[in-house]
Amino acid sequence: MKETDMLTMRGIHKEFPGVKALSNVDFTLRKGEIHALMGENGAGKSTLIKVLTGVYPLDRGDIRVEGIEGAVINHSPEEAQKNGISTVYQEVNLCPNISVAENISLARQPLTKWGAVKWKKMNKTAEAALEAVGLKIDVTKTLGDYSVAIQQMVAIARAVDVQCKVLILDEPTSSLDDQEVKKLFEVMKSLKNQGVSIIFVTHFLEQVYEVCDAITVLRNGELVGRYDVAELPRVQLVAKMLGHEYDDLAQIRSQGGESLSGESRETILDARELTKAGSIRPFDLEIGKGEVIGLTGLLGSGRSELARLLFCADKPDRGELSFKGEAVRAHNPIDSLKRGMAFLPEDRKEEGIIGDLSVRENLIIALQARTGMFKLLPLSKQNELADKFIKILSIKTASAETPVSQLSGGNQQKVILGRWLITDPDFLILDEPTRGIDVGTKAEIQKLIVQLAREGMTIMFISSEIEEMLRTVDRLCVLCDRKKVGELKNENITQHNVMAAIAGGNQ
Amino acid sequence: MNLIEQAKRKVSGSNFLLMVTIVMFAIMYLAGILIYSRQGFGNMQTFMNMLIDNAGLIIVASGMTVVIITGGIDISVGSMVGLSCMMLAYMMEIKGMKASTAVGIVLLFGIVFGTVQGWLISYLKIQPFIVTLAGMFFARGLTAMISVDQIAILSNQNFLDMANKNIYLPFGAIVNKRGIKLFPFIHPSVVIALITLAVIWYVLKYTKFGRSVFAIGGSEQSAMLMGLNVRKVKMSAYVLNGFLSALGGFVFCLNTTSGFVEQARGFEMEAIASTVIGGTLLTGGVGTVVGSFFGVLIKAIIETYIRSNGTLSSWWNKIVLSLLLCFFIVLQSVFAALRRRRG
Repeated sequence: MKETDMLTMRGIHKEFPGVKALSNVDFTLRKGEIHALMGENGAGKSTLIKVLTGVYPLDRGDIRVEGIEGAVINHSPEEAQKNGISTVYQEVNLCPNISVAENISLARQPLTKWGAVKWKKMNKTAEAALEAVGLKIDVTKTLGDYSVAIQQMVAIARAVDVQCKVLILDEPTSSLDDQEVKKLFEVMKSLKNQGVSIIFVTHFLEQVYEVCDAITVLRNGELVGRYDVAELPRVQLVAKMLGHEYDDLAQIRSQGGESLSGESRETILDARELTKAGSIRPFDLEIGKGEVIGLTGLLGSGRSELARLLFCADKPDRGELSFKGEAVRAHNPIDSLKRGMAFLPEDRKEEGIIGDLSVRENLIIALQARTGMFKLLPLSKQNELADKFIKILSIKTASAETPVSQLSGGNQQKVILGRWLITDPDFLILDEPTRGIDVGTKAEIQKLIVQLAREGMTIMFISSEIEEMLRTVDRLCVLCDRKKVGELKNENITQHNVMAAIAGGNQ
Repeated sequence: MNLIEQAKRKVSGSNFLLMVTIVMFAIMYLAGILIYSRQGFGNMQTFMNMLIDNAGLIIVASGMTVVIITGGIDISVGSMVGLSCMMLAYMMEIKGMKASTAVGIVLLFGIVFGTVQGWLISYLKIQPFIVTLAGMFFARGLTAMISVDQIAILSNQNFLDMANKNIYLPFGAIVNKRGIKLFPFIHPSVVIALITLAVIWYVLKYTKFGRSVFAIGGSEQSAMLMGLNVRKVKMSAYVLNGFLSALGGFVFCLNTTSGFVEQARGFEMEAIASTVIGGTLLTGGVGTVVGSFFGVLIKAIIETYIRSNGTLSSWWNKIVLSLLLCFFIVLQSVFAALRRRRG
């Protein structure tokens, strides 16, 4: 460990059953620097942090902290705090049922010599801590009464208030508005001047270039490299995160201005200035019948959020949405289903498959939900539909009555896809339908998408794998930092253009 | 900030549910005085009798409140009360032990019992319902092993003195027909119960342990990430509850002065009901022992109504209690829904 280093992690290994989450990762944090930890979903950022702070046990590796003799292994967040590492985790990790002040000083309340909590002093300390992050609120109120953004600021205030050497901020800005982000950056810079080292995890490229000194990029649980911010242009960073070399720098150009022309298709969905605070900035989107439209962007760029607005899973703050020529007023997923939309959500692994039910039952469930609980579909009809879709999707199963849990992951995926196809939607949203399945099945699903579109179904395809988008979509929307930054069409859809659009998105 | 706003803030949050309970109690009490004035409902002694009859329940409900605030549950307490009574009766009557020794052993047993349950729940992460269900069967079985016959405590004079001692209060006297002033009295059991209540209130409000209990009930994961030793705190809550159920058993025994297999059957449910009526959320994180105290009193008032009336079936007790429980649970979810909308 060098004199200038605050924290070093060497050869970090972490394995979960069946998954290598981290393999041989090195990480160095210098004194008084703000260090961005970047990577796509599943890259291992959060795991690295949780290993460091003792939430997960470390399999192998060596962690050293400045001022502490020998290797440091934290067995719990409590221990990590004692070793000078303070963390704000991705989701607000505070207790909503107790007061703001208590949340700030939990586990280290000021006590009288008899061991009683000094409430007044605790409230005063909390007020001071919040003032440091520019917040003036009633600290005696229950935390849950405040908005998520304020809760996030409280979490930050707590982490800062714990006297620490290393401050870890795991996506602290995802629920903050611009003003709050600015304030947070001020706080971070002032801490940096006091000699605190900060690990900053974020999806927002803009923020990295605004506040960070160094970047470490992870991909698939492996270290890609450590770079100085000044020496790594945006495009290179995007390329390193996605794992493709971006060789031709000359081609960088913003695609933001390009619009769709010569659209001859009948419009099925039209969104104007649709927006929801904290999830996606205003966007326009027109989708033609039978079109396959792709949505891409880095994780957290607002892909799923956009889709959720279109499906009415979330209520927009402003803007207009019309579907099949009719303005959509009631924002309710059930109505969307009835209107002929279907949505395959991203986190279906937990929510989608009902393992103990048969393939038939899993296939039929969405259609049954649409017809109503009391109008049971006749068994003959169920069998007919099930057999048909097992064939269409070539689901490999012993029979329609086999429990879904006995199928392989890829086939389970097809069953969920089939579940929505059975409802015969006019507009189908697929959020990451190919994640975590083998190449063969991927290709089959891609083929199916193209074929369905040819038959007149409109499909929105969301994926972070640009290559598969290239093969499937007619038109590609690129999102960055919750904003639609570009649209690419036909021959313009290339790796380079997509990366350029992401990198140039907010310049 | 003006006074009204301050009052509003006081009422908001968990205090609101507590206020409802207290107001409910006040209304029921006043109604009782109006309806059953001839039966002497308004006498201070009637109120004191409620405390005397329910001293054990007050203690057990206090412990239950702590456990429920952590987000857990303990349904072994009824059997523990029954077992405590049986152990006391057996040790004092059959073995001829001193009262203090017998009580000491019972309390120690409560701590050990709570420790085992707490360890299983917090360190092995087994559902509290299952662990304490096993504990409930175990304690009841053990009671029957000691004796299937009722053992009445007749010979231990120290214990009986403590059970029957009248502590007269210096206020609230009534004058009877012969012109003699009668002061209301309580038994030592009530003193023990009220001291316990005060101590638990203080522990929950002012100690690190107490505040940790709330934090864990709000979000175990968050509390862990904020650096609390969740397992230790949870285990301590069950140890405390084990102790309190034994103490509650001792106080219960002061009222019954006997041990019997069927004793205090369903007592755990009464404790849970009182706690819920008192504004403690079964999901954890919100609650007060003061509320549970009033929850016990509301149950006691219904019993007193029925006794005063004289013709009502005592099963009305259960019916009214069930309606009240429903009312409070609905109130809690309405309250939670409002809160979500505001958030």
